[in-house]
Amino acid sequence: MTPFKQSLELGLIRCRTCGLAVSRVSLRTDRRCPRCQSRVEHRTPLSTEMTLAWLIAGIVFYIPANLLPVMHTSGLLGEADSTILGGILEFWRSGDWDIALLIFIASVAVPFTKFIAIGLLLFTVRKNSRWQQHQRTALYRIVEFIGYWSMLDVIVVALTSALMQFQVLGTAEPRAGIAFFCAVVVVTMLSALSFDPRLIWDRRA
Amino acid sequence: MSAAPPPPSEEELPTPVVQNRRWIPRLVWVVPIAAAAIGISLLIRNWENAGPRITISFLSGEGVQVGKTLVKYRDVTVGRVSAVVLSPDHQTVVVTADLSKDTASLLKADTQFWIVRPRVGVGSVSGLETLLSGVYIGMKTGAATLRERQFVGLENPPALSHGPRGRELELHAARAGSLSIGAPVYFRQFQVGRVIDENLLPDGSTRVTVFVEAPYDGFVKPVTRFWNASGIDVRLGADGLNVQTESLAAVLAGGLAFDDGPIEALFVADGVPGEFTLYKNETEAMAPPDGDPRYVRMRFAQSLRGLEIGAPVEFVGVNIGSVVAVDLGYERQDKSFPVIVTAKVYPRRMGQAYEALAAQGKTESEETLAAFVGTLVNRGLRAQPRSGSLLTGKLYIALDFLPASPRAAFDASIRPLELPTVNGTFQEMEAGIGRLVKKVNDLPLEQIAADLHTDLKDLHETLSELHTRVMPNAVDALSALHDTLDSADRTLDVESPLQHGLTETLSETRGTLQAVRELADYLDRHPDALLRGRRPQKMPEKPSALSSDAKP
Repeated sequence: MTPFKQSLELGLIRCRTCGLAVSRVSLRTDRRCPRCQSRVEHRTPLSTEMTLAWLIAGIVFYIPANLLPVMHTSGLLGEADSTILGGILEFWRSGDWDIALLIFIASVAVPFTKFIAIGLLLFTVRKNSRWQQHQRTALYRIVEFIGYWSMLDVIVVALTSALMQFQVLGTAEPRAGIAFFCAVVVVTMLSALSFDPRLIWDRRA
Repeated sequence: MSAAPPPPSEEELPTPVVQNRRWIPRLVWVVPIAAAAIGISLLIRNWENAGPRITISFLSGEGVQVGKTLVKYRDVTVGRVSAVVLSPDHQTVVVTADLSKDTASLLKADTQFWIVRPRVGVGSVSGLETLLSGVYIGMKTGAATLRERQFVGLENPPALSHGPRGRELELHAARAGSLSIGAPVYFRQFQVGRVIDENLLPDGSTRVTVFVEAPYDGFVKPVTRFWNASGIDVRLGADGLNVQTESLAAVLAGGLAFDDGPIEALFVADGVPGEFTLYKNETEAMAPPDGDPRYVRMRFAQSLRGLEIGAPVEFVGVNIGSVVAVDLGYERQDKSFPVIVTAKVYPRRMGQAYEALAAQGKTESEETLAAFVGTLVNRGLRAQPRSGSLLTGKLYIALDFLPASPRAAFDASIRPLELPTVNGTFQEMEAGIGRLVKKVNDLPLEQIAADLHTDLKDLHETLSELHTRVMPNAVDALSALHDTLDSADRTLDVESPLQHGLTETLSETRGTLQAVRELADYLDRHPDALLRGRRPQKMPEKPSALSSDAKP
């Protein structure tokens, strides 16, 4: 198959902290690195389970994040609660397609990408699949990278609420939805973090 | 594949250690469970708070926006529009609104909904806030017990959105005048209510619904009369200029007023309670009940310029009706064009006279009334156009007893009754003036003026001659006269010789006269002396003197 050897096949575990190659035999009973005393694991323990848990939490939070309004604006032109999707549509209709696209990518495309990507990774790892291992690793890197960009929405709401305080003329206040959205971002980041990409390459007997 | 160090003994894998740490990953599951719990709790709360969903159909959905347009009750938001769709037959717009939970009890079968848009009327400005914020749907709860979820929206907002206490009244009128919904209702110049609805009834009359607010609805009694106080009531009638108004707002937006009716109305059973007649103006409203009008016709053989429809008909100075038509007729016999005036007369306005007549049974039917009018005509009742005001030239019809007028035929069988007429006083006067003017016209004024002119010229010549010729002579004559008078004055002076001589002459004359008297005395005593001459005297001096004097 591949010319590469898994460290495990060589009986070695690499300490993630100090880079020491530890043979499984030389591990202390509590599995600490003999040099730096960091915990040394062959694979992140229960990585898939934790990833799945965070992922589910993220998906669950994503529902109220979209249903509940994220921002409440009031002013001379009346008051309005805006949801994320409503805001995107409003921007799109008023001709600001670029802003609409930006918000759409940050608050819809990115979370969905993460859900699907992590779900796919989990599914393939569980299946012990050898399908497209390179691409899947790349996918993992992408997921890790795009994680924090989802905070764009949260920042927009935070800035708007902080800046738009003109009493009668206009005020903006954050609403519960943005908290859920924030939770989605954090939880999916944790989910991506919990995932051990080495599992992609593992082959179980 | 190749030489690999033999894997360490597999049984060394720290299974127990892994088991010991199981609780940490397990803890992770709390997160999605908590998330799910929060989500479900939100759902439950949402579901619990979800109020009724209603549909309202409007003719137009102008300005209604899904998710933005609010439903307000007493200006408090109670819901939001969640969908706007066309009805299946595309005739109406069906607005779906989600209301809050506590409004469920407000949704009665007769709850009203309407779209609040900015409205600028003369009487009021409303809904201005919707200029900026967009329209909203107003709501007014009803009184019915039946609950309802589907409503038909009003196209115009009800005049009273929050149902203050008071009374709703229906007024019937032939025409509504310049009334509009929201127009004020006055009681003695005090606004006590509003017009809340106007309808055109199938029979063409109008029904005006007014609302009189609570403390004032007590003023509305069965005898109350309502009248239209719209605008300024300026009437230039036979009785001069008449201006009447309730308030400036009523002038612009129209309005109603009401007050207690005349006392006579107390005894007249009114119609349905809560329904009133809307009169044209206060005078009409306050007039005693007129009863049914009778129509009479009059033929005038003269111009009736100035006689308008609605001009009063007066019977012995009492207004008993009005002119309803002025037509031109044609008489074949003498090819003339009489003016035919039709008037309606309210016999009831004759007051006590009418009652007395009614007591005699003379008003029971057309026939008895016609017979009665016939006797009046025989006594000299005539219709006559008279000038109500010299200033305006308006005419009215006077029914008066003119016994001096020539006898007129009266046919009691003609309907409407035809009253004999005489020409108007004003017309007679006019004719007299006309004749006078004609005479003046006929005078040879130009000739007179020419003669006068010649005469004046002659006079002028005479005068100038007088001036040039006579005057100098006159001056001479006057100076001569002056001289004459002067000399006369001198002559008559006391010191003048003439005066002196005159005095002497006068004293001599007196002496002479004395002698004559003595002679007369002597002759009286001695008449014979005339024959025998004078006898010797005892005192001879005086008679001799006398006789000697008397001799010459």
